[in-house]
Amino acid sequence: MAKITFIEHSGAEHTVEVEPGMTVMESAIKNDVPGIEAECGGACACATCHVYVEDAWRAATGAPEEMEEDMLDFAFEVRESSRLSCQIKVTDALDGLVVRVPEKQF
Amino acid sequence: MQQEVFTSAAADGATAPIETHAVIIGAGPCALFAVFELGLVDIETHLIDILDKPGGQCAELYPEKPIYDIPGLPIVTGQGLTDRLMEQIEPFSPTFHLNQRVDQLERLADGRFRLVTDLGQEFITQLVVVAAGGGSFTPKRPPLQGIEGYEGTSVHYSVRRIEDFRDREILIAGGGDSALDWALALQPVAKKLTVVHRRDKFRAAPDSVNRMLAEVDSGEMDFLLGQVTALHGDNGQLEAVTIRAKEGESRFECDTMLPFFGLTMKLGPVADWGLNLHQNLIEVDTEKFETSEPGIFAVGDINSYPGKLKLILSGFHEAALMSQAAHKIIYPDQKLVFQYTTSSSSLQKKLGVR
Repeated sequence: MAKITFIEHSGAEHTVEVEPGMTVMESAIKNDVPGIEAECGGACACATCHVYVEDAWRAATGAPEEMEEDMLDFAFEVRESSRLSCQIKVTDALDGLVVRVPEKQF
Repeated sequence: MQQEVFTSAAADGATAPIETHAVIIGAGPCALFAVFELGLVDIETHLIDILDKPGGQCAELYPEKPIYDIPGLPIVTGQGLTDRLMEQIEPFSPTFHLNQRVDQLERLADGRFRLVTDLGQEFITQLVVVAAGGGSFTPKRPPLQGIEGYEGTSVHYSVRRIEDFRDREILIAGGGDSALDWALALQPVAKKLTVVHRRDKFRAAPDSVNRMLAEVDSGEMDFLLGQVTALHGDNGQLEAVTIRAKEGESRFECDTMLPFFGLTMKLGPVADWGLNLHQNLIEVDTEKFETSEPGIFAVGDINSYPGKLKLILSGFHEAALMSQAAHKIIYPDQKLVFQYTTSSSSLQKKLGVR
Protein backbone atom coordinates (compact mmCIF):
# COMPACT_ATOMS: atom_id res chain seq x y z
CA MET A 1 0.00 0.00 0.00
CA ALA A 2 1.14 3.55 -0.73
CA LYS A 3 0.22 6.62 1.29
CA ILE A 4 -0.92 9.70 -0.58
CA THR A 5 -1.61 13.05 1.00
CA PHE A 6 -4.03 15.54 -0.50
CA ILE A 7 -3.80 19.11 0.79
CA GLU A 8 -6.92 21.18 0.22
CA HIS A 9 -6.74 24.86 -0.66
CA SER A 10 -7.79 25.60 2.94
CA GLY A 11 -4.78 23.64 4.17
CA ALA A 12 -6.78 20.65 5.38
CA GLU A 13 -4.84 17.42 4.84
CA HIS A 14 -6.17 14.00 3.92
CA THR A 15 -3.84 11.02 3.87
CA VAL A 16 -5.20 7.92 2.22
CA GLU A 17 -3.89 4.38 1.71
CA VAL A 18 -3.82 3.31 -1.90
CA GLU A 19 -3.29 0.01 -3.59
CA PRO A 20 -0.66 0.34 -6.32
CA GLY A 21 -2.25 0.25 -9.77
CA MET A 22 -5.08 2.63 -8.90
CA THR A 23 -4.90 6.21 -10.07
CA VAL A 24 -4.47 9.13 -7.70
CA MET A 25 -7.93 10.33 -8.77
CA GLU A 26 -9.51 6.97 -7.91
CA SER A 27 -7.90 7.04 -4.48
CA ALA A 28 -9.36 10.51 -3.87
CA ILE A 29 -12.88 9.53 -4.98
CA LYS A 30 -12.80 6.27 -3.01
CA ASN A 31 -11.85 8.17 0.13
CA ASP A 32 -14.17 11.16 -0.41
CA VAL A 33 -11.35 13.68 -0.65
CA PRO A 34 -13.04 17.06 -1.22
CA GLY A 35 -12.15 19.08 -4.31
CA ILE A 36 -11.54 16.22 -6.73
CA GLU A 37 -14.63 16.02 -8.93
CA ALA A 38 -13.61 13.67 -11.76
CA GLU A 39 -16.72 14.45 -13.74
CA CYS A 40 -15.77 12.17 -16.65
CA GLY A 41 -14.81 9.24 -14.44
CA GLY A 42 -11.18 9.06 -15.44
CA ALA A 43 -11.33 9.27 -19.24
CA CYS A 44 -8.93 12.24 -19.36
CA ALA A 45 -11.83 14.20 -20.80
CA CYS A 46 -12.81 16.91 -18.33
CA ALA A 47 -9.93 18.33 -16.25
CA THR A 48 -11.92 18.28 -12.99
CA CYS A 49 -9.39 16.12 -11.11
CA HIS A 50 -6.66 18.75 -11.46
CA VAL A 51 -3.94 18.72 -8.77
CA TYR A 52 -0.61 20.40 -8.15
CA VAL A 53 2.17 17.92 -7.46
CA GLU A 54 4.54 19.03 -4.70
CA ASP A 55 7.96 19.90 -6.10
CA ALA A 56 9.74 17.04 -4.34
CA TRP A 57 7.50 14.56 -6.15
CA ARG A 58 7.47 16.00 -9.64
CA ALA A 59 10.31 13.83 -10.94
CA ALA A 60 8.67 10.67 -9.58
CA THR A 61 5.23 11.43 -11.07
CA GLY A 62 6.70 12.50 -14.41
CA ALA A 63 5.36 14.92 -16.98
CA PRO A 64 1.89 14.86 -18.53
CA GLU A 65 1.48 13.13 -21.85
CA GLU A 66 0.17 15.08 -24.81
CA MET A 67 -3.50 14.22 -24.32
CA GLU A 68 -3.33 15.21 -20.66
CA GLU A 69 -1.51 18.42 -21.54
CA ASP A 70 -4.30 19.19 -24.02
CA MET A 71 -6.93 18.56 -21.41
CA LEU A 72 -5.12 20.79 -18.89
CA ASP A 73 -6.08 23.64 -21.23
CA PHE A 74 -9.55 23.21 -19.78
CA ALA A 75 -8.37 23.50 -16.18
CA PHE A 76 -8.09 26.72 -14.19
CA GLU A 77 -4.87 28.24 -12.82
CA VAL A 78 -2.62 25.75 -14.50
CA ARG A 79 0.95 25.74 -13.20
CA GLU A 80 4.16 23.91 -14.04
CA SER A 81 3.25 21.37 -11.39
CA SER A 82 -0.28 20.78 -12.72
CA ARG A 83 -1.40 17.23 -13.41
CA LEU A 84 -4.71 15.48 -13.90
CA SER A 85 -4.83 13.00 -11.05
CA CYS A 86 -6.63 10.40 -13.19
CA GLN A 87 -3.45 10.10 -15.23
CA ILE A 88 -1.09 9.41 -12.31
CA LYS A 89 -0.91 5.71 -11.62
CA VAL A 90 0.12 4.83 -8.07
CA THR A 91 3.22 2.70 -7.68
CA ASP A 92 5.28 1.78 -4.63
CA ALA A 93 7.67 4.52 -5.73
CA LEU A 94 4.93 7.07 -5.05
CA ASP A 95 4.49 6.03 -1.39
CA GLY A 96 4.34 9.33 0.46
CA LEU A 97 3.21 11.42 -2.54
CA VAL A 98 1.85 14.86 -1.68
CA VAL A 99 -0.48 16.76 -4.01
CA ARG A 100 -2.37 20.01 -3.54
CA VAL A 101 -5.99 20.39 -4.59
CA PRO A 102 -6.72 23.68 -6.40
CA GLU A 103 -9.17 26.17 -4.98
CA LYS A 104 -11.66 25.30 -7.70
CA GLN A 105 -12.20 22.69 -10.37
CA PHE A 106 -14.18 23.92 -13.31
CA MET B 1 -19.88 3.84 -39.99
CA GLN B 2 -21.05 7.35 -40.71
CA GLN B 3 -24.80 7.82 -40.44
CA GLU B 4 -26.74 10.58 -42.00
CA VAL B 5 -28.38 12.68 -39.35
CA PHE B 6 -31.55 14.52 -40.17
CA THR B 7 -31.91 17.81 -38.42
CA SER B 8 -34.78 20.20 -38.34
CA ALA B 9 -34.57 23.56 -40.02
CA ALA B 10 -35.04 25.46 -36.81
CA ALA B 11 -31.54 26.89 -36.67
CA ASP B 12 -32.67 30.33 -37.72
CA GLY B 13 -35.71 30.61 -35.55
CA ALA B 14 -39.04 29.00 -35.00
CA THR B 15 -40.80 26.84 -37.52
CA ALA B 16 -44.30 25.45 -37.10
CA PRO B 17 -44.84 23.33 -33.97
CA ILE B 18 -43.97 19.68 -34.49
CA GLU B 19 -46.62 17.20 -33.35
CA THR B 20 -45.39 13.76 -32.40
CA HIS B 21 -45.95 10.73 -30.20
CA ALA B 22 -42.80 11.14 -28.16
CA VAL B 23 -40.05 13.65 -27.62
CA ILE B 24 -36.81 12.27 -26.22
CA ILE B 25 -34.69 14.85 -24.44
CA GLY B 26 -31.10 13.87 -25.09
CA ALA B 27 -29.43 11.81 -27.80
CA GLY B 28 -26.98 9.71 -25.82
CA PRO B 29 -26.88 5.89 -25.93
CA CYS B 30 -29.96 5.39 -23.76
CA ALA B 31 -31.92 7.94 -25.78
CA LEU B 32 -30.92 6.18 -28.98
CA PHE B 33 -31.93 2.78 -27.65
CA ALA B 34 -35.23 4.28 -26.47
CA VAL B 35 -35.91 5.11 -30.14
CA PHE B 36 -35.48 1.41 -30.90
CA GLU B 37 -37.73 0.13 -28.13
CA LEU B 38 -40.41 2.77 -28.79
CA GLY B 39 -40.15 2.06 -32.51
CA LEU B 40 -40.89 -1.62 -31.94
CA VAL B 41 -44.21 -0.62 -30.37
CA ASP B 42 -45.01 1.85 -33.18
CA ILE B 43 -44.18 5.06 -31.34
CA GLU B 44 -42.55 7.76 -33.43
CA THR B 45 -39.83 9.86 -31.87
CA HIS B 46 -38.09 13.21 -32.10
CA LEU B 47 -34.83 13.70 -30.23
CA ILE B 48 -33.51 17.03 -28.98
CA ASP B 49 -29.89 17.44 -27.90
CA ILE B 50 -27.67 20.37 -27.03
CA LEU B 51 -24.66 18.79 -28.72
CA ASP B 52 -24.04 18.99 -32.46
CA LYS B 53 -24.09 15.21 -32.86
CA PRO B 54 -25.83 12.14 -31.44
CA GLY B 55 -24.04 10.01 -28.84
CA GLY B 56 -24.06 12.21 -25.73
CA GLN B 57 -21.09 11.66 -23.43
CA CYS B 58 -19.99 8.68 -25.54
CA ALA B 59 -19.43 10.96 -28.50
CA GLU B 60 -18.42 14.14 -26.68
CA LEU B 61 -16.32 12.94 -23.74
CA TYR B 62 -14.85 9.61 -24.75
CA PRO B 63 -15.35 8.79 -28.45
CA GLU B 64 -12.09 6.83 -28.56
CA LYS B 65 -12.19 5.24 -25.12
CA PRO B 66 -13.06 1.57 -25.01
CA ILE B 67 -16.15 0.47 -23.08
CA TYR B 68 -15.97 -3.08 -21.74
CA ASP B 69 -19.37 -3.67 -20.15
CA ILE B 70 -21.84 -3.61 -23.01
CA PRO B 71 -23.41 -7.08 -23.15
CA GLY B 72 -22.24 -8.96 -26.21
CA LEU B 73 -19.67 -6.34 -27.22
CA PRO B 74 -16.50 -7.22 -25.27
CA ILE B 75 -14.89 -3.98 -26.40
CA VAL B 76 -16.41 -1.00 -28.16
CA THR B 77 -15.46 2.67 -28.21
CA GLY B 78 -17.90 5.45 -27.31
CA GLN B 79 -18.15 6.44 -30.96
CA GLY B 80 -18.36 2.81 -32.06
CA LEU B 81 -21.32 2.20 -29.76
CA THR B 82 -22.99 5.39 -31.00
CA ASP B 83 -22.51 4.37 -34.63
CA ARG B 84 -23.97 0.92 -33.99
CA LEU B 85 -26.97 2.33 -32.16
CA MET B 86 -27.55 4.75 -35.05
CA GLU B 87 -27.49 1.78 -37.40
CA GLN B 88 -29.87 -0.14 -35.15
CA ILE B 89 -32.48 2.64 -35.02
CA GLU B 90 -32.29 3.56 -38.69
CA PRO B 91 -35.49 1.61 -39.59
CA PHE B 92 -37.47 3.92 -37.30
CA SER B 93 -36.23 7.16 -38.93
CA PRO B 94 -36.18 9.31 -35.82
CA THR B 95 -35.73 13.05 -36.32
CA PHE B 96 -32.82 14.73 -34.57
CA HIS B 97 -32.95 18.34 -33.45
CA LEU B 98 -29.37 19.14 -32.50
CA ASN B 99 -27.65 22.20 -31.03
CA GLN B 100 -30.80 22.89 -29.06
CA ARG B 101 -31.80 22.72 -25.45
CA VAL B 102 -35.33 22.21 -24.19
CA ASP B 103 -36.05 25.25 -22.07
CA GLN B 104 -39.77 24.89 -21.40
CA LEU B 105 -41.95 21.91 -20.71
CA GLU B 106 -45.61 22.29 -19.78
CA ARG B 107 -48.74 20.21 -19.84
CA LEU B 108 -51.55 21.38 -22.08
CA ALA B 109 -55.25 21.25 -21.17
CA ASP B 110 -55.72 18.17 -23.37
CA GLY B 111 -53.07 16.27 -21.40
CA ARG B 112 -50.35 16.50 -24.04
CA PHE B 113 -47.09 18.35 -23.49
CA ARG B 114 -45.68 21.48 -25.08
CA LEU B 115 -41.91 21.84 -25.26
CA VAL B 116 -39.96 24.84 -26.50
CA THR B 117 -36.24 24.85 -27.24
CA ASP B 118 -33.83 27.74 -26.88
CA LEU B 119 -34.00 28.16 -30.66
CA GLY B 120 -37.75 28.63 -30.44
CA GLN B 121 -38.73 25.28 -31.92
CA GLU B 122 -42.01 24.08 -30.44
CA PHE B 123 -43.13 20.49 -29.97
CA ILE B 124 -46.55 19.11 -29.05
CA THR B 125 -46.17 15.56 -27.83
CA GLN B 126 -48.13 12.87 -26.04
CA LEU B 127 -45.20 11.73 -23.99
CA VAL B 128 -41.76 12.88 -22.98
CA VAL B 129 -38.73 10.74 -22.26
CA VAL B 130 -35.98 12.53 -20.37
CA ALA B 131 -32.73 10.78 -21.30
CA ALA B 132 -30.49 13.70 -20.52
CA GLY B 133 -27.63 11.80 -18.87
CA GLY B 134 -25.58 14.07 -16.63
CA GLY B 135 -27.60 17.04 -17.78
CA SER B 136 -27.04 19.40 -20.61
CA PHE B 137 -23.54 20.21 -21.80
CA THR B 138 -22.87 23.86 -21.08
CA PRO B 139 -19.73 25.93 -21.61
CA LYS B 140 -17.45 25.97 -18.61
CA ARG B 141 -17.49 29.22 -16.69
CA PRO B 142 -14.00 30.21 -15.56
CA PRO B 143 -14.09 30.69 -11.78
CA LEU B 144 -13.14 34.38 -12.00
CA GLN B 145 -14.45 36.71 -9.31
CA GLY B 146 -17.63 38.48 -10.47
CA ILE B 147 -17.75 36.93 -13.94
CA GLU B 148 -21.54 36.43 -13.69
CA GLY B 149 -22.00 40.21 -13.74
CA TYR B 150 -20.37 40.48 -17.16
CA GLU B 151 -22.12 37.57 -18.80
CA GLY B 152 -24.38 38.52 -21.68
CA THR B 153 -22.89 41.99 -21.97
CA SER B 154 -19.09 41.65 -22.07
CA VAL B 155 -18.45 37.96 -21.49
CA HIS B 156 -19.90 35.47 -23.96
CA TYR B 157 -19.59 31.69 -24.19
CA SER B 158 -20.94 31.42 -27.70
CA VAL B 159 -21.51 33.55 -30.77
CA ARG B 160 -24.96 33.65 -32.29
CA ARG B 161 -24.36 36.66 -34.55
CA ILE B 162 -20.91 37.75 -35.66
CA GLU B 163 -22.21 41.25 -36.34
CA ASP B 164 -22.82 41.74 -32.59
CA PHE B 165 -19.04 41.79 -32.16
CA ARG B 166 -18.27 44.49 -34.71
CA ASP B 167 -15.73 47.10 -33.54
CA ARG B 168 -15.16 45.39 -30.22
CA GLU B 169 -11.80 44.83 -28.58
CA ILE B 170 -12.07 41.11 -28.13
CA LEU B 171 -10.07 38.76 -25.94
CA ILE B 172 -10.51 35.07 -26.66
CA ALA B 173 -9.29 32.77 -23.89
CA GLY B 174 -8.41 29.17 -24.71
CA GLY B 175 -6.52 27.17 -27.31
CA GLY B 176 -8.96 24.60 -28.64
CA ASP B 177 -11.02 24.45 -31.81
CA SER B 178 -13.76 26.75 -30.50
CA ALA B 179 -11.24 29.38 -29.44
CA LEU B 180 -9.41 29.36 -32.74
CA ASP B 181 -12.45 29.03 -34.98
CA TRP B 182 -14.10 32.03 -33.35
CA ALA B 183 -10.86 34.01 -33.33
CA LEU B 184 -10.63 33.54 -37.10
CA ALA B 185 -14.33 34.25 -37.64
CA LEU B 186 -14.47 37.38 -35.49
CA GLN B 187 -11.14 38.90 -36.52
CA PRO B 188 -12.53 40.60 -39.66
CA VAL B 189 -15.21 42.52 -37.71
CA ALA B 190 -13.32 43.15 -34.47
CA LYS B 191 -11.53 46.42 -33.77
CA LYS B 192 -8.81 44.34 -32.19
CA LEU B 193 -8.64 40.64 -31.48
CA THR B 194 -6.31 38.86 -29.08
CA VAL B 195 -6.04 35.20 -28.16
CA VAL B 196 -4.72 34.37 -24.70
CA HIS B 197 -3.67 30.80 -23.99
CA ARG B 198 -1.54 29.18 -21.28
CA ARG B 199 0.93 27.61 -23.73
CA ASP B 200 2.03 28.03 -27.33
CA LYS B 201 0.52 24.72 -28.41
CA PHE B 202 -3.05 24.46 -29.59
CA ARG B 203 -5.42 21.52 -29.42
CA ALA B 204 -7.17 22.40 -32.64
CA ALA B 205 -7.35 21.44 -36.29
CA PRO B 206 -3.90 22.03 -37.85
CA ASP B 207 -5.42 24.23 -40.54
CA SER B 208 -6.97 26.57 -37.95
CA VAL B 209 -3.70 26.71 -36.04
CA ASN B 210 -1.77 27.62 -39.20
CA ARG B 211 -4.26 30.29 -40.21
CA MET B 212 -4.25 31.77 -36.73
CA LEU B 213 -0.45 31.85 -36.54
CA ALA B 214 -0.33 33.47 -39.99
CA GLU B 215 -2.71 36.21 -38.84
CA VAL B 216 -0.60 36.74 -35.72
CA ASP B 217 2.51 37.04 -37.92
CA SER B 218 0.84 39.56 -40.19
CA GLY B 219 -0.42 41.57 -37.23
CA GLU B 220 -4.10 40.98 -37.94
CA MET B 221 -4.51 39.42 -34.51
CA ASP B 222 -2.44 39.17 -31.35
CA PHE B 223 -1.44 36.22 -29.24
CA LEU B 224 -0.58 36.36 -25.55
CA LEU B 225 0.91 33.58 -23.50
CA GLY B 226 -0.75 33.47 -20.08
CA GLN B 227 -3.95 32.95 -18.13
CA VAL B 228 -6.69 35.39 -17.18
CA THR B 229 -6.88 35.74 -13.39
CA ALA B 230 -9.17 38.73 -12.84
CA LEU B 231 -11.76 40.89 -14.59
CA HIS B 232 -12.04 44.67 -14.25
CA GLY B 233 -14.97 46.90 -15.16
CA ASP B 234 -18.21 48.46 -14.00
CA ASN B 235 -21.90 47.65 -14.42
CA GLY B 236 -21.28 44.60 -16.54
CA GLN B 237 -18.98 46.47 -18.90
CA LEU B 238 -15.56 44.89 -19.08
CA GLU B 239 -12.65 47.35 -19.31
CA ALA B 240 -9.62 45.14 -18.75
CA VAL B 241 -8.43 41.81 -17.42
CA THR B 242 -5.42 40.70 -15.44
CA ILE B 243 -3.24 38.23 -17.27
CA ARG B 244 -0.75 36.11 -15.40
CA ALA B 245 2.26 34.99 -17.38
CA LYS B 246 5.68 33.61 -16.48
CA GLU B 247 7.06 37.12 -16.10
CA GLY B 248 4.27 38.16 -13.76
CA GLU B 249 0.86 39.81 -13.89
CA SER B 250 -0.19 42.57 -16.24
CA ARG B 251 -3.32 44.50 -17.10
CA PHE B 252 -4.79 44.05 -20.56
CA GLU B 253 -7.45 46.36 -21.99
CA CYS B 254 -10.45 44.79 -23.75
CA ASP B 255 -14.20 45.28 -23.77
CA THR B 256 -15.26 41.74 -24.66
CA MET B 257 -14.07 38.33 -23.53
CA LEU B 258 -14.97 34.93 -24.94
CA PRO B 259 -13.74 32.08 -22.71
CA PHE B 260 -13.58 28.66 -24.41
CA PHE B 261 -12.65 26.07 -21.79
CA GLY B 262 -14.73 23.16 -22.95
CA LEU B 263 -18.06 21.88 -21.73
CA THR B 264 -19.42 20.65 -18.46
CA MET B 265 -22.71 18.99 -17.59
CA LYS B 266 -25.40 20.89 -15.73
CA LEU B 267 -28.91 19.71 -14.92
CA GLY B 268 -30.23 22.93 -16.46
CA PRO B 269 -33.93 23.61 -17.09
CA VAL B 270 -34.93 20.01 -16.16
CA ALA B 271 -34.89 21.24 -12.57
CA ASP B 272 -37.74 23.67 -13.27
CA TRP B 273 -40.28 21.26 -14.70
CA GLY B 274 -41.92 20.29 -11.43
CA LEU B 275 -40.58 16.73 -11.42
CA ASN B 276 -39.67 15.13 -8.10
CA LEU B 277 -35.90 15.20 -7.78
CA HIS B 278 -33.49 13.35 -5.54
CA GLN B 279 -29.98 14.81 -5.36
CA ASN B 280 -30.42 16.45 -8.76
CA LEU B 281 -31.69 13.25 -10.36
CA ILE B 282 -35.25 12.51 -11.47
CA GLU B 283 -37.14 10.03 -9.29
CA VAL B 284 -38.83 7.24 -11.21
CA ASP B 285 -40.60 3.98 -10.43
CA THR B 286 -38.91 0.75 -11.49
CA GLU B 287 -41.86 -0.71 -13.35
CA LYS B 288 -42.37 1.99 -15.97
CA PHE B 289 -39.56 4.45 -15.27
CA GLU B 290 -42.17 7.15 -15.10
CA THR B 291 -41.54 10.36 -13.17
CA SER B 292 -43.87 12.02 -10.70
CA GLU B 293 -45.69 13.46 -13.75
CA PRO B 294 -47.68 10.84 -15.68
CA GLY B 295 -46.56 10.74 -19.29
CA ILE B 296 -43.05 11.96 -18.51
CA PHE B 297 -40.49 9.17 -18.27
CA ALA B 298 -36.79 9.28 -17.41
CA VAL B 299 -34.16 6.72 -18.42
CA GLY B 300 -30.38 6.48 -18.15
CA ASP B 301 -28.01 8.38 -15.90
CA ILE B 302 -30.51 11.15 -15.14
CA ASN B 303 -32.95 8.98 -13.20
CA SER B 304 -32.85 7.72 -9.65
CA TYR B 305 -34.42 4.71 -7.93
CA PRO B 306 -33.33 2.31 -5.20
CA GLY B 307 -30.41 0.26 -6.48
CA LYS B 308 -29.78 2.48 -9.50
CA LEU B 309 -26.50 1.92 -11.33
CA LYS B 310 -25.33 4.48 -13.83
CA LEU B 311 -24.53 1.96 -16.52
CA ILE B 312 -25.44 2.16 -20.18
CA LEU B 313 -26.85 -1.38 -19.99
CA SER B 314 -29.17 -0.34 -17.15
CA GLY B 315 -30.44 2.51 -19.30
CA PHE B 316 -31.18 0.06 -22.10
CA HIS B 317 -33.28 -2.06 -19.75
CA GLU B 318 -35.10 1.02 -18.51
CA ALA B 319 -35.89 2.05 -22.10
CA ALA B 320 -37.43 -1.36 -22.82
CA LEU B 321 -39.76 -1.27 -19.81
CA MET B 322 -40.61 2.39 -20.36
CA SER B 323 -41.72 1.59 -23.90
CA GLN B 324 -44.30 -0.91 -22.68
CA ALA B 325 -45.88 1.79 -20.52
CA ALA B 326 -45.58 4.33 -23.34
CA HIS B 327 -47.56 2.03 -25.63
CA LYS B 328 -50.49 2.13 -23.20
CA ILE B 329 -50.52 5.93 -23.44
CA ILE B 330 -50.28 6.17 -27.22
CA TYR B 331 -52.52 3.19 -28.00
CA PRO B 332 -54.84 2.87 -24.99
CA ASP B 333 -57.23 0.53 -26.80
CA GLN B 334 -54.63 -1.86 -28.14
CA LYS B 335 -53.46 -4.92 -26.30
CA LEU B 336 -49.69 -5.18 -26.44
CA VAL B 337 -48.59 -8.74 -27.11
CA PHE B 338 -45.05 -9.39 -26.00
CA GLN B 339 -42.92 -10.50 -28.94
CA TYR B 340 -39.33 -11.44 -29.73
CA THR B 341 -37.37 -9.88 -32.61
CA THR B 342 -36.00 -13.35 -33.37
CA SER B 343 -39.38 -14.77 -34.31
CA SER B 344 -42.05 -12.10 -34.65
CA SER B 345 -42.83 -11.38 -38.27
CA SER B 346 -44.45 -8.07 -37.37
CA LEU B 347 -41.35 -6.88 -35.49
CA GLN B 348 -39.10 -8.05 -38.30
CA LYS B 349 -41.21 -6.13 -40.77
CA LYS B 350 -40.73 -2.96 -38.71
CA LEU B 351 -37.01 -3.60 -38.65
CA GLY B 352 -36.99 -4.03 -42.40
CA VAL B 353 -35.41 -7.48 -42.23
CA ARG B 354 -38.37 -9.28 -43.80
